[in-house]
Amino acid sequence: MTAAKVIGRDGLDELLRHLAALGYRTLGPVARDGAITMAEVSSSADLPEGFHDRQAPGSYRLEPGQGQALFDWAVGPEPLKALVFPPRAVIWTAKPPSYHVQEVADDAPPVAVVGARPCDLAGLQVLGRSIGTGPVADPIFQHRRHQAFLVVVECTRPASTCFCVSMGTGPGATHGYDIRLTELLSDDGPPSYLALAGTPAGRRALGQLPGRPAQAADERARVERLAKAASRMGRSVDTTGLPELLARNLSNPRWDAVAERCLACGNCTAVCPTCFCANFQDTTGLDGTVRRERTWASCSDLAHSYIHGGPVRSSIKSRYRQWATHKFSWWWDQFGTSGCVGCGRCITWCPASIDITEEIAALRASDGAAPTEEEPEP
Amino acid sequence: MTTTAKRPRLAVWKFASCDGCQLSLLDLEDELLALPQAVDISYFLEMTSAVAEGPYDISLVEGSVTTPHDIERAKEVRAASRLVVAIGACATAGGIQSLRNYAEVGDYVSTVYAHPEFIRALATSAPISAYVKVDFELRGCPVDRYQLLELVTATLAGRAPRIPTFSVCQECKAKGNVCLLVASSVPCLGPVTRAGCGALCPSVGRGCFGCFGPAATANTSSLSARLAADGATPEAQLRLLRTFTAGAPEFAQEAAAQEAAAQEAAAQEATTRGGAAHQASASEAAAQEAAGR
Repeated sequence: MTAAKVIGRDGLDELLRHLAALGYRTLGPVARDGAITMAEVSSSADLPEGFHDRQAPGSYRLEPGQGQALFDWAVGPEPLKALVFPPRAVIWTAKPPSYHVQEVADDAPPVAVVGARPCDLAGLQVLGRSIGTGPVADPIFQHRRHQAFLVVVECTRPASTCFCVSMGTGPGATHGYDIRLTELLSDDGPPSYLALAGTPAGRRALGQLPGRPAQAADERARVERLAKAASRMGRSVDTTGLPELLARNLSNPRWDAVAERCLACGNCTAVCPTCFCANFQDTTGLDGTVRRERTWASCSDLAHSYIHGGPVRSSIKSRYRQWATHKFSWWWDQFGTSGCVGCGRCITWCPASIDITEEIAALRASDGAAPTEEEPEP
Repeated sequence: MTTTAKRPRLAVWKFASCDGCQLSLLDLEDELLALPQAVDISYFLEMTSAVAEGPYDISLVEGSVTTPHDIERAKEVRAASRLVVAIGACATAGGIQSLRNYAEVGDYVSTVYAHPEFIRALATSAPISAYVKVDFELRGCPVDRYQLLELVTATLAGRAPRIPTFSVCQECKAKGNVCLLVASSVPCLGPVTRAGCGALCPSVGRGCFGCFGPAATANTSSLSARLAADGATPEAQLRLLRTFTAGAPEFAQEAAAQEAAAQEAAAQEATTRGGAAHQASASEAAAQEAAGR
């Protein structure tokens, strides 16, 4: 492991140039349509300088702030999911008259992300355990994840909807990155970036960048910033015995209360970094060509649980409960990890302002409450 | 599908409508030449005046039923068709003209026409399914041309058409749009509206106006609470819900609730002002109510 380095904004520019020269499509955060989103970036000038976000349940506002910080915001609406698990993918085609099945190879160019967050890395890791390993591993995920270059920027300004500390995924990054950056603010000048490589590829890239060797004071400043960020975490979840708590509260009347508000619109699953449900559907063209497509699906959708005879989860209540219990309880049984990384996106981007941390706290407070209905729905 | 095989016979019918939906079939520019090779276009006046007698395998029906004569024609189309597919907001929910369902149609007739005695209009504008059995419905104002194509190709292959019933939000998110409702408080019916348009309006910064009608299990009252919190008055919400799919039951029901709220607010305002006439009272009271929530 090479020693940490401190780079300036010119170092970021050089990093983006270097990655582009290596053939990466370089993506980074930009301010677009009132939010921080991922887009192609070629220099630090494309990054959201001075922007701050203000997040609350069902609300997100991006504000041009002050200062020269480039990463002084929490997560935007898009996790890294779409990069490795595209919303729509053609899996195979078959043309008449032979109808020989032709698999469609994924030809997406390698992507370098400069400005991922620690919870984004955690999200990728959880997603990888669901769809990236085992006998039915998704080749698209594997291909894209394998060739991705990830530069994480540790979180120094969490939102009110963030709870990564509870889920153990932030605000600092411990693994899963090629290069780790921490933005260190200065009173009288532009910020600098404490940089550490996490992989050989990261080490090679970091070696190319202008900068100075890191000193103990730089690491102290980093630790201080992360501690401050951790203390400013907007929300928390008590994870003690959480899988069991949810499993024994399937009839808790709290589910009825949240179902009154739930729109079943699927925003929570779309912005979730770990939701991986998909539809596989075949279509036929006028010339008889068959295409099998995979598209994002959501357990909020009535049709998602459709089997012969009708949907298994016909009520909104049963669908919201499925999502919440899968995420925090069954996920452990299935994949040996929590399905939630604490990014808070499902809270901010829920048009009905449903707050999963509030729901979990309410279930805990009413643990074992009797159902209001005669029979709990499936 | 080869041209030597017997091609299914397609008919396109128009009721009370603007022609936009049947035009969507002609908008299939890349597939337009392949279409007549796959189906026998037997009756499609917007394309050709050459018409062939029924029976037809697939009838696409555009427009709503608004006259006694329409009812008879709808029955004739049904009798002559193996499959009847209602296309568009008019044929599936009554269309924009279903606003008449919330007024007295006789008032319009006497205002608009020099000789009202010649006009035979039904009291309501209704979807085709109100009068005859419909086998499938494609929503939208207009319908999405690729959904039309999907319907045709699915029918040719004998499979179920791939037409989602989930919300517009899912298409919006898949496109990478930033949510207008959450990031800008733009009133948007996306969370309760059925997908199919590819999130057309939100992609250009306009809130969804619900032209594909309600999504499956649309929770319209929850969305109304959200819009009210953002400052929408009951009157504004009423206008939002009563447009191209005003007749869709889930939207109609919530619109009625908003109308009642607007009237209640107006009555309350009148009482607090000692019954004094005040033009803007309804909207003002509603705004205060919304702000107070």
